[in-house]
Amino acid sequence: MAAVFFYLFSAVLIASAFAVISARNPVHSVLFLILAFCNGAGLFLLQGAEFLAMILIVVYVGAVAVLFLFVVMMLDVDFAELKQGFQKYLPAGIAVGVVVLAELGFVAVNWKSAPSAQEAAASPILAHVTNTAALGQILYTKYVIFFQVSALVLLTAMIGAIVLTLRHRPNVKRQKIEEQNSRTAKNVVELKKVPSRAGV
Amino acid sequence: MMTIGLTHYLVVAAILFTLGIAGIILNRKNIIIILMSVELILLSVNLNFVAFSAELGDLTGQVFALFVLTVAAAEAAIGLAILVTFYRNRGSIAVDDINSMKG
Repeated sequence: MAAVFFYLFSAVLIASAFAVISARNPVHSVLFLILAFCNGAGLFLLQGAEFLAMILIVVYVGAVAVLFLFVVMMLDVDFAELKQGFQKYLPAGIAVGVVVLAELGFVAVNWKSAPSAQEAAASPILAHVTNTAALGQILYTKYVIFFQVSALVLLTAMIGAIVLTLRHRPNVKRQKIEEQNSRTAKNVVELKKVPSRAGV
Repeated sequence: MMTIGLTHYLVVAAILFTLGIAGIILNRKNIIIILMSVELILLSVNLNFVAFSAELGDLTGQVFALFVLTVAAAEAAIGLAILVTFYRNRGSIAVDDINSMKG
């Protein structure tokens, strides 16, 4: 049963990855990227990495892919023009792809793991702890520094993205908090002596 | 039905990695597709990490994959922000037009 799902997930994963790089319309590319991530999450599930599978769905499908979708739709670009070099680069792309695939395939098939590798596990997977709990137990203890550093990376990315895309348009009315706070009744409210039946 | 082992996952990840590399070369003009190809490459790397983690019974690979996910998300956010800023200034996202480094 697991084998059937493995072949299903990996076939759809590879097909959609191929569609990502060859689709004519970038919106289709993003949608195929989402499909690829969903199937990648399925492969993670098959290997028992449930937490990573869910994170892949939440972070990638929910945030990153939608961010891509936003940008693709926001930019008014003639994508047909950008597609022009495709035929010209096709031989080079296929050549590099074949070479890389041959090398990686050679490595992937001719591997051998040392018999001591199982015992050398730094943080072994325990049968009675769920995947998420086990990840939390080592992430917050053994790898807490890396955890904090990755938080810093995300903070930097957030500030960087805001700084890069923020722009102040000159003719837009905005709230000026310091002016609001420095207003007092004395210099704002004006008392007038209104004569009777004469108006202001 | 043969059992699915580490090699199967490694082969899938290798094919995915190759598709990512080929995507960068084929879509040399379109930076959005290049960024998406980088995401594919990082997904294949994560697939390898998780495959080895499951094979060796060691959670460290999954922790590392988690950090790779973090960095990939940050990279996508910054990359797209730069792209949007560049498009605002130049009105184009062709890689050939990205040749000035003026602030």
